[in-house]
Amino acid sequence: MKAGLSSELIALRAVKELQEGMYVNLGVGLPTLVSQFIPEDLEVMLHSENGILGYGSIANEGEMDVDLVNAGLQPVVLKPGASFFHHADSFAMIRGGHIDLTILGAHQVSEQGDLANWKTPEEKVGAVGGAMDLVCGAKRVIVLMRHTTRSGKPRLVRQCTYPLTGRGVVNIVITDLALVEVTPGGLLLKEVAPGISVADVQALTEPALTVSPDLHEMGL
Amino acid sequence: MVNKVVANIGEVVGDIPDGASVMIGGFGQAGTPFNLVQALVKQGARDLVIISNSISQVAPLVENNRVKKLIASFPVWVDRTRPNPLEEEWGAVELEMVPQGTLAERIRAGGAGVAAFYVPTGVGTSMEQGKGKITFDGKECLLELALKADVALVKAYKGDRLGNLIYRMSARNYNPLMAMAGNLTIAEVEEVVDVGQLDPEAIVTPGIFVDRVVKAPKHVEWVYRKN
Repeated sequence: MKAGLSSELIALRAVKELQEGMYVNLGVGLPTLVSQFIPEDLEVMLHSENGILGYGSIANEGEMDVDLVNAGLQPVVLKPGASFFHHADSFAMIRGGHIDLTILGAHQVSEQGDLANWKTPEEKVGAVGGAMDLVCGAKRVIVLMRHTTRSGKPRLVRQCTYPLTGRGVVNIVITDLALVEVTPGGLLLKEVAPGISVADVQALTEPALTVSPDLHEMGL
Repeated sequence: MVNKVVANIGEVVGDIPDGASVMIGGFGQAGTPFNLVQALVKQGARDLVIISNSISQVAPLVENNRVKKLIASFPVWVDRTRPNPLEEEWGAVELEMVPQGTLAERIRAGGAGVAAFYVPTGVGTSMEQGKGKITFDGKECLLELALKADVALVKAYKGDRLGNLIYRMSARNYNPLMAMAGNLTIAEVEEVVDVGQLDPEAIVTPGIFVDRVVKAPKHVEWVYRKN
């Protein structure tokens, strides 16, 4: 089997889900990469839990400010029209249904769209952060993750075995191997990464996948 | 003349007793009152109940065994390889994990005299345990209780002798909420300005919520992970 997509290419595929005028929240980890690939001419407002609307990309050396960080504590730059607000207003935007899209990382996603992304069974402490608020408030939830764990176990599972973040909340999952939509009938395989076959994806996915009639290679 | 400015950082936290509940503002390094936290460590109060977002605010207190209970949302380092005193001495501190938006709203409610509220956050997860439920707008919701504290330690950009505060960029985060929810609110500021210098249109925390103001040097240490 050919190697799957790099993290950058997964983020690049996620960018295609953005539309002009959307208010978008990017989760910590892989999703923060998305901010690096948004085209200049696409006006999307990025929201950060810690009270920013309208940040741009990750800041370069020389333009970093300790008071200006995204939810992953990375230094960011502002776009014209940005605003600041306190944490309760920030989560009013999330919980109140004002965020069009959130892109989150995950440990596991089930065929019902359950999400587990805040704690592994090995971790004692864990960190829920804003993920539970985001999955219940954002209009659409996209998960970006590696298709399997480091030890090769599927992350797309029949039932999540890790602590849940939310039930039935995920809309689509983009991995290094495929784009899968969560439907009432289970997981629908819509796109495969270049050089990856349906059989490759199924072999590394726990539940049975339904193959979309217009299955195609992922465009990047 | 009203003057909430205290010159000495040790004096400003001097009367925080053992067993006090203490809110600490900040998100990573942004808006964290590091000088007040250090002063509290030095002051020696023990068995504290700390309410804060993340590990950045409490690590020195946990490392010095001052914390009995921690109510937090993200009590790990973003860089998971960095040693976490909560993980290393697991069980020494009672931990209450709260979804971030619920934590912020519980603090706002505490400061606003609202006893409790219902939110859909956490339904179907371990956060449900022991909480009342209603259905609103077709969604199941959990009962969440307000949080108040004996003391709130906040960090602002500028403050005046009346306790009016403004913040800088994303360093605002929890600080205005905690300022409202503390019985005693202490603000660490980068700069004390004369009354009248802060634009009334721009004041975020009106002085009514603030009891003491202390000037302290800004910490410029980063807590972040590169891609």
